[in-house]
Amino acid sequence: MTTTRGTELGTLTIGAWTARPRTGTTDIDPYSRATITRNGELPIGTGDGIAFTASADDKKKALDGRCDVVVSGVTPPARFWTLTLYDNKGRLVANSLQRYGFTSQEIVRGADGGFEIRIASRSRSGNWLPTGGIERYSLMMRLYDTPVGVATRTQRDAPMPQIATVGCP
Amino acid sequence: MIRLAFTILAGVLLGAVVHLVSVLALPKIATQDAYSRLTPMTKLNAVTQLAVAEPGSNIMPYLDPAFAVAICRYDLSSGPLKLTVPVSQAYTSVSFYTRNELAYYAINDRSAGKKVIELNLMTEAQHNDLPEDEEITSADRLIIDSPSITGLIVLKALAPEPGLMPQAQASLAASSCRVQVDQPPAKQAEAPPLPAPPPPSRGRR
Repeated sequence: MTTTRGTELGTLTIGAWTARPRTGTTDIDPYSRATITRNGELPIGTGDGIAFTASADDKKKALDGRCDVVVSGVTPPARFWTLTLYDNKGRLVANSLQRYGFTSQEIVRGADGGFEIRIASRSRSGNWLPTGGIERYSLMMRLYDTPVGVATRTQRDAPMPQIATVGCP
Repeated sequence: MIRLAFTILAGVLLGAVVHLVSVLALPKIATQDAYSRLTPMTKLNAVTQLAVAEPGSNIMPYLDPAFAVAICRYDLSSGPLKLTVPVSQAYTSVSFYTRNELAYYAINDRSAGKKVIELNLMTEAQHNDLPEDEEITSADRLIIDSPSITGLIVLKALAPEPGLMPQAQASLAASSCRVQVDQPPAKQAEAPPLPAPPPPSRGRR
């Protein structure tokens, strides 16, 4: 059997992040197509951008809304990116701040251009993304107007940020 | 023994067939797909702006809340469609989907290279019917061939921060999508046939 992960099935895995660049083209595989129509999604078109998802951290621990999770580092070249938090059905999670994600423009960065987003249920300083305390969630990082796409293979072409769980109650 | 092996093999084969058929048929039979969800809330051959994604809204999963989104649900059976989208300050894109959510084309403001993204959408047959040297085929107007008669065009404008959402929505509100009323004249009917051009001389090698 061929591997179920890797480029054979058009899957691009970088760290904790996974993308399927071909879903935005007419070359989409039948399994992704079935998933998309069943869920009622519209995949992001290749001329628009690419979407990476993560439902676990770099150590493969499932993302838990009751823990503190840090997303940090750099992002691949793109004119804009957005990072959004969804529950396991793809819905936004209600919170008092009405913050469901960040865009590349509103993020507070360090002097070196790197950033750190703190994902937690309680208020944190800096770039805080609230989880609403839900048990499982996933993150979606979308790059808009980017060279990352069907031809991308490695971390070198697309340096995605790290995801680390730094503390659980 | 052979009988048992044969039964197992038949079972596996049947399972494989059912699996393949259901995966391949699902895009055609799904009733909660994006097009079906959007049909009751969007106008045909016109731009309808969607509410900004928020926790309660259940239009489609995995919408990007940083974007203002508008939909043009199209039906090309009465003629080609003309789409005009003014570019917003941050980032604007236009994506095309067939009736079964196949993303067949997408363009953003920078690749369009102008202040207004202008596109003509038509079926391949309508494209072939276009009179040749008509201004409509000139380079400044982009023609997209739709693989299906019906489908969705998704217009998106980014609000880089929440306060800029009204601006992003305003730029989409100024966009339009409609069936072309000024039908291009039909192909020049029966102009006297030109004398047959001399057969192209075979160039020297």
